[in-house]
Amino acid sequence: MIFLNAFLLSGLFCLVAELILDNTKLTPGHITSAFTVLGAALSFFGIYSKLIEWGGAGATVIISNFGHMLYLGAVEGFKEMGILGLFSGLLVKSSAAITSVVIFAFVLSLIFKPKS
Amino acid sequence: MNKEEYQKLVEQYTPKEKKLKNAVIAFLVGGSIGFMGQVVVTIFQNSFGMEVTESYAWLCILIILISCFLTALGFFDNWVSKCKAGLFLPTTGFAHSVTSSALDYKKDGFITGLGANFFKLAGSVILYGMVSAFFLAVLGVIIYG
Repeated sequence: MIFLNAFLLSGLFCLVAELILDNTKLTPGHITSAFTVLGAALSFFGIYSKLIEWGGAGATVIISNFGHMLYLGAVEGFKEMGILGLFSGLLVKSSAAITSVVIFAFVLSLIFKPKS
Repeated sequence: MNKEEYQKLVEQYTPKEKKLKNAVIAFLVGGSIGFMGQVVVTIFQNSFGMEVTESYAWLCILIILISCFLTALGFFDNWVSKCKAGLFLPTTGFAHSVTSSALDYKKDGFITGLGANFFKLAGSVILYGMVSAFFLAVLGVIIYG
Protein backbone atom coordinates (compact mmCIF):
# COMPACT_ATOMS: atom_id res chain seq x y z
CA MET A 1 0.00 0.00 0.00
CA ILE A 2 2.08 2.86 -1.34
CA PHE A 3 -0.17 5.63 -0.01
CA LEU A 4 0.24 4.47 3.58
CA ASN A 5 3.98 3.99 3.04
CA ALA A 6 4.26 7.54 1.69
CA PHE A 7 2.47 8.88 4.77
CA LEU A 8 4.61 6.88 7.19
CA LEU A 9 7.90 7.68 5.49
CA SER A 10 7.55 11.45 5.23
CA GLY A 11 5.88 11.56 8.64
CA LEU A 12 8.78 9.67 10.17
CA PHE A 13 11.35 12.02 8.60
CA CYS A 14 9.49 15.03 10.02
CA LEU A 15 9.08 13.35 13.40
CA VAL A 16 12.83 12.78 13.68
CA ALA A 17 13.50 16.39 12.64
CA GLU A 18 11.01 17.67 15.21
CA LEU A 19 12.62 15.59 17.98
CA ILE A 20 16.03 17.00 17.05
CA LEU A 21 14.61 20.53 17.01
CA ASP A 22 12.95 20.19 20.41
CA ASN A 23 15.75 18.40 22.23
CA THR A 24 18.85 20.17 20.91
CA LYS A 25 19.88 23.75 20.23
CA LEU A 26 19.96 23.22 16.47
CA THR A 27 17.88 25.56 14.32
CA PRO A 28 15.69 24.58 11.34
CA GLY A 29 18.54 25.78 9.12
CA HIS A 30 20.93 23.27 10.70
CA ILE A 31 18.40 20.46 10.44
CA THR A 32 17.45 21.00 6.78
CA SER A 33 21.14 21.20 5.82
CA ALA A 34 21.87 18.04 7.80
CA PHE A 35 18.99 16.18 6.17
CA THR A 36 20.17 17.24 2.71
CA VAL A 37 23.63 15.84 3.46
CA LEU A 38 21.97 12.74 4.93
CA GLY A 39 20.03 12.33 1.66
CA ALA A 40 23.26 12.41 -0.33
CA ALA A 41 24.82 9.89 2.07
CA LEU A 42 21.81 7.54 1.87
CA SER A 43 21.99 7.85 -1.90
CA PHE A 44 25.70 6.95 -1.78
CA PHE A 45 24.86 3.71 0.05
CA GLY A 46 22.03 3.01 -2.40
CA ILE A 47 19.37 3.30 0.30
CA TYR A 48 17.53 6.37 -0.94
CA SER A 49 16.44 4.75 -4.22
CA LYS A 50 15.00 1.89 -2.17
CA LEU A 51 13.17 4.39 0.05
CA ILE A 52 11.61 5.94 -3.05
CA GLU A 53 10.62 2.50 -4.31
CA TRP A 54 9.00 1.73 -0.96
CA GLY A 55 7.49 5.08 -0.03
CA GLY A 56 7.05 6.80 -3.39
CA ALA A 57 6.35 10.50 -3.03
CA GLY A 58 6.83 10.19 0.74
CA ALA A 59 10.56 10.09 0.04
CA THR A 60 10.65 12.65 -2.77
CA VAL A 61 8.84 15.47 -0.94
CA ILE A 62 11.51 15.56 1.80
CA ILE A 63 14.50 17.90 1.40
CA SER A 64 16.82 14.86 1.58
CA ASN A 65 15.64 14.08 -1.95
CA PHE A 66 17.60 17.16 -3.03
CA GLY A 67 20.82 15.55 -1.81
CA HIS A 68 19.84 12.30 -3.51
CA MET A 69 19.23 14.11 -6.82
CA LEU A 70 22.56 15.95 -6.58
CA TYR A 71 24.42 12.68 -6.00
CA LEU A 72 22.63 10.83 -8.81
CA GLY A 73 23.21 13.73 -11.21
CA ALA A 74 26.94 13.74 -10.56
CA VAL A 75 27.29 9.96 -10.87
CA GLU A 76 25.27 9.82 -14.10
CA GLY A 77 27.24 12.77 -15.44
CA PHE A 78 30.45 10.85 -14.76
CA LYS A 79 29.14 7.83 -16.67
CA GLU A 80 28.41 10.00 -19.71
CA MET A 81 31.29 12.43 -19.77
CA GLY A 82 33.91 11.35 -17.26
CA ILE A 83 35.34 13.85 -14.82
CA LEU A 84 33.72 16.80 -16.60
CA GLY A 85 30.39 15.11 -15.95
CA LEU A 86 30.92 15.27 -12.19
CA PHE A 87 30.85 19.04 -12.48
CA SER A 88 28.30 19.49 -15.24
CA GLY A 89 25.97 16.75 -14.03
CA LEU A 90 25.72 17.64 -10.35
CA LEU A 91 22.84 20.09 -10.75
CA VAL A 92 21.13 18.47 -13.75
CA LYS A 93 18.46 16.52 -11.83
CA SER A 94 17.81 19.12 -9.15
CA SER A 95 17.69 21.96 -11.65
CA ALA A 96 13.88 21.78 -11.78
CA ALA A 97 13.64 22.47 -8.04
CA ILE A 98 16.19 25.30 -7.93
CA THR A 99 14.93 27.00 -11.09
CA SER A 100 11.30 26.85 -10.03
CA VAL A 101 12.13 28.27 -6.60
CA VAL A 102 14.09 31.13 -8.17
CA ILE A 103 11.42 31.97 -10.74
CA PHE A 104 8.35 31.68 -8.49
CA ALA A 105 9.93 33.40 -5.49
CA PHE A 106 11.24 36.29 -7.59
CA VAL A 107 8.03 36.91 -9.52
CA LEU A 108 5.84 36.61 -6.41
CA SER A 109 8.09 38.88 -4.37
CA LEU A 110 7.64 41.54 -7.08
CA ILE A 111 3.85 41.24 -6.89
CA PHE A 112 3.23 40.84 -3.17
CA LYS A 113 4.18 42.97 -0.17
CA PRO A 114 5.56 41.47 3.07
CA LYS A 115 2.84 41.06 5.67
CA SER A 116 4.73 41.85 8.85
CA MET B 1 20.39 32.02 41.36
CA ASN B 2 23.02 31.30 38.71
CA LYS B 3 22.48 30.45 35.09
CA GLU B 4 22.50 26.66 35.48
CA GLU B 5 20.00 26.67 38.29
CA TYR B 6 17.78 28.92 36.26
CA GLN B 7 18.09 26.54 33.29
CA LYS B 8 17.05 23.62 35.50
CA LEU B 9 14.08 25.56 36.78
CA VAL B 10 13.01 26.39 33.24
CA GLU B 11 13.26 22.74 32.23
CA GLN B 12 11.24 21.74 35.25
CA TYR B 13 8.38 23.99 34.30
CA THR B 14 8.45 23.38 30.53
CA PRO B 15 5.54 21.04 29.93
CA LYS B 16 6.54 17.62 28.62
CA GLU B 17 3.36 17.24 26.60
CA LYS B 18 4.41 20.14 24.41
CA LYS B 19 7.26 18.13 22.94
CA LEU B 20 4.96 15.16 22.44
CA LYS B 21 2.33 17.38 20.83
CA ASN B 22 4.94 18.96 18.54
CA ALA B 23 6.18 15.52 17.52
CA VAL B 24 2.67 14.26 16.76
CA ILE B 25 1.85 17.40 14.74
CA ALA B 26 5.11 17.14 12.78
CA PHE B 27 4.43 13.47 12.04
CA LEU B 28 0.86 14.09 10.90
CA VAL B 29 1.62 17.19 8.82
CA GLY B 30 4.73 15.71 7.23
CA GLY B 31 2.91 12.46 6.60
CA SER B 32 -0.02 14.27 5.00
CA ILE B 33 2.31 16.07 2.60
CA GLY B 34 3.83 12.74 1.59
CA PHE B 35 0.38 11.16 1.24
CA MET B 36 -1.01 14.02 -0.87
CA GLY B 37 2.17 13.96 -2.94
CA GLN B 38 1.60 10.27 -3.64
CA VAL B 39 -2.01 10.98 -4.64
CA VAL B 40 -0.87 13.73 -7.04
CA VAL B 41 1.88 11.53 -8.48
CA THR B 42 -0.59 8.69 -9.04
CA ILE B 43 -2.97 11.05 -10.84
CA PHE B 44 -0.11 12.37 -12.99
CA GLN B 45 0.92 8.83 -13.93
CA ASN B 46 -2.54 7.45 -14.62
CA SER B 47 -4.33 10.43 -16.14
CA PHE B 48 -1.50 12.27 -17.86
CA GLY B 49 0.53 9.20 -18.83
CA MET B 50 3.70 10.49 -17.21
CA GLU B 51 6.71 8.37 -16.39
CA VAL B 52 7.55 7.92 -12.71
CA THR B 53 10.56 10.25 -12.56
CA GLU B 54 8.73 12.85 -14.63
CA SER B 55 5.78 12.84 -12.22
CA TYR B 56 8.10 13.32 -9.21
CA ALA B 57 9.70 16.32 -10.90
CA TRP B 58 6.27 17.86 -11.59
CA LEU B 59 5.20 17.17 -8.02
CA CYS B 60 8.31 18.98 -6.78
CA ILE B 61 7.54 22.01 -8.95
CA LEU B 62 3.89 21.96 -7.86
CA ILE B 63 4.79 21.87 -4.15
CA ILE B 64 7.23 24.75 -4.64
CA LEU B 65 4.63 26.80 -6.53
CA ILE B 66 1.98 26.25 -3.85
CA SER B 67 4.29 27.04 -0.94
CA CYS B 68 5.72 30.14 -2.66
CA PHE B 69 2.15 31.37 -3.19
CA LEU B 70 1.06 30.66 0.37
CA THR B 71 4.18 32.38 1.69
CA ALA B 72 3.56 35.44 -0.48
CA LEU B 73 -0.06 35.57 0.69
CA GLY B 74 1.18 35.54 4.29
CA PHE B 75 -0.30 32.24 5.54
CA PHE B 76 2.83 30.19 5.67
CA ASP B 77 4.81 31.94 8.42
CA ASN B 78 2.05 31.20 10.86
CA TRP B 79 1.74 27.57 9.79
CA VAL B 80 5.48 26.94 9.96
CA SER B 81 5.64 28.26 13.53
CA LYS B 82 2.84 25.84 14.46
CA CYS B 83 3.78 22.73 12.48
CA LYS B 84 7.57 23.28 12.61
CA ALA B 85 9.36 20.23 11.21
CA GLY B 86 6.20 19.04 9.45
CA LEU B 87 6.53 21.99 7.08
CA PHE B 88 10.18 22.98 7.05
CA LEU B 89 11.61 19.55 6.31
CA PRO B 90 9.67 18.87 3.09
CA THR B 91 10.47 20.94 -0.01
CA THR B 92 7.85 23.40 1.28
CA GLY B 93 10.39 24.77 3.79
CA PHE B 94 12.98 25.35 1.07
CA ALA B 95 10.49 27.34 -1.04
CA HIS B 96 9.20 29.17 2.03
CA SER B 97 12.64 30.34 3.14
CA VAL B 98 13.53 31.71 -0.31
CA THR B 99 10.22 33.51 -0.81
CA SER B 100 10.09 34.99 2.67
CA SER B 101 13.64 36.36 2.49
CA ALA B 102 12.93 37.76 -0.99
CA LEU B 103 9.82 39.52 0.33
CA ASP B 104 11.46 40.75 3.54
CA TYR B 105 14.57 42.23 1.94
CA LYS B 106 12.85 43.78 -1.08
CA LYS B 107 12.71 47.11 0.78
CA ASP B 108 16.54 47.31 0.77
CA GLY B 109 16.66 47.45 -3.00
CA PHE B 110 16.83 44.89 -5.78
CA ILE B 111 20.58 44.28 -5.72
CA THR B 112 21.71 44.84 -2.14
CA GLY B 113 18.39 43.69 -0.67
CA LEU B 114 16.51 41.09 -2.68
CA GLY B 115 19.46 39.88 -4.73
CA ALA B 116 21.97 39.62 -1.91
CA ASN B 117 19.57 37.94 0.52
CA PHE B 118 17.65 35.71 -1.90
CA PHE B 119 19.41 32.50 -0.81
CA LYS B 120 20.06 33.70 2.70
CA LEU B 121 18.44 30.67 4.37
CA ALA B 122 18.29 28.17 1.51
CA GLY B 123 21.93 28.85 0.63
CA SER B 124 23.24 26.50 3.29
CA VAL B 125 21.05 23.68 1.97
CA ILE B 126 22.36 24.21 -1.56
CA LEU B 127 25.98 24.69 -0.45
CA TYR B 128 26.28 21.69 1.87
CA GLY B 129 24.12 19.56 -0.39
CA MET B 130 26.34 20.26 -3.39
CA VAL B 131 29.64 19.90 -1.52
CA SER B 132 28.70 16.62 0.17
CA ALA B 133 27.08 15.17 -2.96
CA PHE B 134 30.12 16.10 -5.06
CA PHE B 135 32.67 14.41 -2.80
CA LEU B 136 30.44 11.41 -2.22
CA ALA B 137 30.02 11.10 -5.99
CA VAL B 138 33.81 11.21 -6.45
CA LEU B 139 34.12 8.50 -3.81
CA GLY B 140 31.23 6.59 -5.40
CA VAL B 141 32.73 6.46 -8.88
CA ILE B 142 36.07 5.36 -7.41
CA ILE B 143 34.49 2.57 -5.33
CA TYR B 144 31.62 1.42 -7.54
CA GLY B 145 33.31 2.29 -10.83
